[in-house]
Amino acid sequence: MGSLMLTKRMALVGDALGHVALPGMGLALLFGLDVSFGAFLFLLLGIFLIWLFEIKTSLPMEALVGVVFVASLAIGFLIVPEPELLEALFGDISKVSFEMAIVSIIFSILIFLMINRIYPKMILANISDDLAKSEGIKIKKQNFIYLLSIAAIVALGVKIVGSLLVGALVIIPAATARNLSKNLKEYSLGSVVLGILSCLFGSLLFKVTYLPAGPLIILTSTFFFLISLILKR
Amino acid sequence: MENLDVELEGERILENLSFEVKEGEVLTILGPNGAGKTVLLKTLLGILPYQGEIEWKKGVKIGYVPQRLPFIKDVPMSVKEFFDLKNVSGKESEEILGSIGLEKDILEKKIGDLSSGQFQRILVGWALVGNPQVLLFDEPMTGIDISGQESVYNLLEKLRKERNLTILLVTHDLSIVYKFATNCLCLNKKVLCYSVPKELTTERLSQLYGGGIKFYRHSHE
Repeated sequence: MGSLMLTKRMALVGDALGHVALPGMGLALLFGLDVSFGAFLFLLLGIFLIWLFEIKTSLPMEALVGVVFVASLAIGFLIVPEPELLEALFGDISKVSFEMAIVSIIFSILIFLMINRIYPKMILANISDDLAKSEGIKIKKQNFIYLLSIAAIVALGVKIVGSLLVGALVIIPAATARNLSKNLKEYSLGSVVLGILSCLFGSLLFKVTYLPAGPLIILTSTFFFLISLILKR
Repeated sequence: MENLDVELEGERILENLSFEVKEGEVLTILGPNGAGKTVLLKTLLGILPYQGEIEWKKGVKIGYVPQRLPFIKDVPMSVKEFFDLKNVSGKESEEILGSIGLEKDILEKKIGDLSSGQFQRILVGWALVGNPQVLLFDEPMTGIDISGQESVYNLLEKLRKERNLTILLVTHDLSIVYKFATNCLCLNKKVLCYSVPKELTTERLSQLYGGGIKFYRHSHE
């Protein structure tokens, strides 16, 4: 998904959507619900609003995402209870129960399969709308599935790295893979592998240092990115 | 095609277009910038809304070679992967490479590393997947040097004979029109002429590119 987002020049959208999730996370914490659930509902609402605004004005998508994202951030700060604010912003992997981890894995696999299915079509549409249409690809439908998957991934990700850093979880591994790959397979597979490695090493560091896991995971992936700059093809 | 009208975002792009292309013909489409040439090709492909009638031979398959693909270099992709986007078998892609005059080892090359001439051939090859009977070309020579242009046209002529293709080709290159085309359509929102290339006189051309503009001045209230 990260490699698709990077290709579509949507690197910062994951970031922005992370903020959109914040009010939902706050409400979930207030009512004792799962934060991913609250986040997902608000992400759907946010995406719907962006889509609606896009019909109403001719402003670029970027500006609309910006409006929705800062408004959500403001609302989020008001809603999220003070003690949980840090958790919402930076995530807390130690709060994830075993059952929720299993549920997250199942959802991740489903999203992975979905993205895998639309991947070639999205790539073609990204190269050329016209070529994709001439191949009979329904671009709006693919885009809808794609946006829904982003919302789901962000909702799952906020638990681990929090609303401020979730965008990085998607984008940095893809950017690193992009530096190292010479074809699509290396690019997409590399993003996945680097994402997994970052989470793995970040969590291990967390076990050793007891510093928050979210920032450690992001810093690990940033470290991989820096190495990729040296090895860049 | 009969009485074709295409309107995009409230602006009339093509008006009352009627013409016919027979099997095996090469139709070149000439016209100044903004004349609606690309829109015409896209409408023929069926990806733009239109009014009027477009009738193809039953079961016809159409291949499309777009003007340029500026975003393709954003994606690290090998030539093989580009073909794979179209679910092409290994055997077919090898056969296509043969007929566009490229070696098999180009499949592993990165698209971004190809020369513009090679890339152009790959685009032609991509359009040939699935054995279309008709090829639509949008200014295939943009950004290619003269010797490259010459060889791409020789390639087109070769493919036309080998595969019995019907070709519709948008171009600015008049020498191609005289050498290669069976028919020529001059377009500036309306059809200004439809003739065999040798009837394409200087007068008509100045009407198309110069004088024609005055004649078709229109307002946007």
